[in-house]
Amino acid sequence: MRVLPFGLAEIDDRLPSGGLALGVVHEVAEGGDLGVIHAAAATLFVAGILSRMTGPVLWCLRASDLFAPALSQVGLNPNRVIYAEAPDERMLPLLIEEGLRHRGLAAVVGELAKLPMVASRRMQIAAEHSGVTAIILRRWRSPATAAVEVGQPTAAVTRWRISALPSSPLPAPGIGRRRWRVELVRCRGGGTGEWDLEGCDEEGRLGLLANLADGSAARQGTLVEEPPWQARLRIGA
Amino acid sequence: MAAHRLDLRRGIPLAHARAMVPDLTIADADPDADAEGLHRLALWALRYSPMVAVDPSDGLWIDITGASHLVGGERPLLDDLVGRLAGMGVASRAAVAGTPGAANAIARFGHRPVCVVDDALEVVSALPLAALRLPPEMTMELRRLGFETIGDLEATPRAPLAHRFGTSLGRRLDQVFGRVAEPIVPVIPTEAVQARRSLVEPISTAEALQTVVGALVTDLCGQLEQRGLGARTLDLLWHRVDGTMQGIRVGTAKPVRNAVHLTRLLNERVDKVDPGFGIEAAVLTATLAEPLTAEEVGRLVGAETDLAASDDAATIAGLIDVLGNRIGHDRLYRCAPLESDVPERSVARIPALAPPVPTGWPTQWPRPGRLLSPPEPIETLALMPDHPPMAFTWRGVRRLIRRADGPERIHGEWWRRDREMAAARDYYAVEDHEGERFWLYRSWEGSPETGPMRWYLHGLFG
Repeated sequence: MRVLPFGLAEIDDRLPSGGLALGVVHEVAEGGDLGVIHAAAATLFVAGILSRMTGPVLWCLRASDLFAPALSQVGLNPNRVIYAEAPDERMLPLLIEEGLRHRGLAAVVGELAKLPMVASRRMQIAAEHSGVTAIILRRWRSPATAAVEVGQPTAAVTRWRISALPSSPLPAPGIGRRRWRVELVRCRGGGTGEWDLEGCDEEGRLGLLANLADGSAARQGTLVEEPPWQARLRIGA
Repeated sequence: MAAHRLDLRRGIPLAHARAMVPDLTIADADPDADAEGLHRLALWALRYSPMVAVDPSDGLWIDITGASHLVGGERPLLDDLVGRLAGMGVASRAAVAGTPGAANAIARFGHRPVCVVDDALEVVSALPLAALRLPPEMTMELRRLGFETIGDLEATPRAPLAHRFGTSLGRRLDQVFGRVAEPIVPVIPTEAVQARRSLVEPISTAEALQTVVGALVTDLCGQLEQRGLGARTLDLLWHRVDGTMQGIRVGTAKPVRNAVHLTRLLNERVDKVDPGFGIEAAVLTATLAEPLTAEEVGRLVGAETDLAASDDAATIAGLIDVLGNRIGHDRLYRCAPLESDVPERSVARIPALAPPVPTGWPTQWPRPGRLLSPPEPIETLALMPDHPPMAFTWRGVRRLIRRADGPERIHGEWWRRDREMAAARDYYAVEDHEGERFWLYRSWEGSPETGPMRWYLHGLFG
């Protein structure tokens, strides 16, 4: 089985074959009241995975609130992504399935609210057949609908939940590297897990937290690198 | 229209007209040239649907069944059509209705110049008799009998009318209300590459139709090859035994001459065809064909010599065409950088198969994964004018700000609009106590020091 390792032993060990399986369906959701609607962190998590693959990607969506410069900042080359904007919600699963049948793609991303068992089964079969990876990014209309639908079974091989955490501490006031709680809620043939990690860097890789939440690492000024905009800010000030 | 305002009407003597408007420009009527012009206009209207027919002497029928979604719906199609005609200097009236007769009646006699009618019955009933396309003398006679509208006629017993006026009256009524089919004779561009199959026995199953599609496409690709062309738009017309026609249209993002690819696109839509009692002939026309680029030809040659080779780019083009025919090619796009500092202007949509763009977005500053459009106003609590706020309220939820970065000042683009001359935005990235990260800006509408200011939320970082 072809896999895409995360490069973090903690996560890869929990997954069968030591990485994110390719040619199957994965499901990514975001926690929190804002997350279930906008899924901003989950989007970057997905973009980080895509940036470590090679080949074109089909991104099926309905709302056009995706901001491409952010995807390019986690290493996803805009030339690789083809967006398909569905006119209505019912069309989305059909577009995703059609994309999954074409071997020329590396992956298909679908922003879906509803993922019925039958639709996810069909996607899984199409993905297994062509070897194209499907990542379903769940986006709900409101926290209430999310609460109802989040636990329903699908044919996805793994299910992830991403939640935003306060960012890494910096030696100066400001926002450090983004941090996420990454939960592996379900994994066929593997374990579950929960990790607090640093969000995707410019090559789409997740990072381990410097295990010094009290800020001692920041005080030493070695482990946490200062982002370039922060440095420029202080020079300007 | 202008003539109407000057009180010039059809049928008045020329001398009379000259007396009313001394500097009147006069041209002889030229029905042949008019008819030719109308035919040319019909060929132009093939952009909207494979089935366009001339409605003499000054009308067009366009059968938009199954074609309107490619322009975004019936109403956008009509607006686009009337707008383009106006751009050519042609004043027009247009209507969408369930039958050719009703559409004709509403377009010529309805109250509004452009309208989409769902329930034609009601609207058509109120229209005058002239909308029925009857001979003028028959219309006159009916009016003498006291009939004013189509609804009056519809409410009258049919037999006495038929006795007096013949069957044509009843047929016109039935055509308007859709009780009798009215086949239209579509125009075919003369230069077009075309393949045709007449069938010995009528067919109706999807498999049989697909077999015919395969044969037609092979023919057509042969002809395209002789002319060095690739198809951009294909129209497939199915002639049914009852004399009506069903059309399928597919489009491609690039000129294509690959039989497998084109067959697949057409077969995708074969289930939209209602064969009725059977189909006796099929005509496949390459309505829009363009020269093949050298790259495409090379790929064709490659595909013929090595069947196993599947070029990635070729399959992507195939996927784009399949998806494009479902949702419209303008809904498939890539994002490319545009030189603008204003975030919502910095992303351009380019066609999915456009050549790769060289660079990404230049900014080093973090950008949010989700951008709200338009930015949403927020209530803020700010202590110092040049600092990020302490807290803000968005969609009824108050959030305390723990950390912030900024400001990043973005000036208005005065070369686009005068209003942006003095406008500026100060962007801040902020993080609340739960770790949610937001992109806020303070907007200055005047000089940054004195003008009024407002706060907006523009994006979510995640």
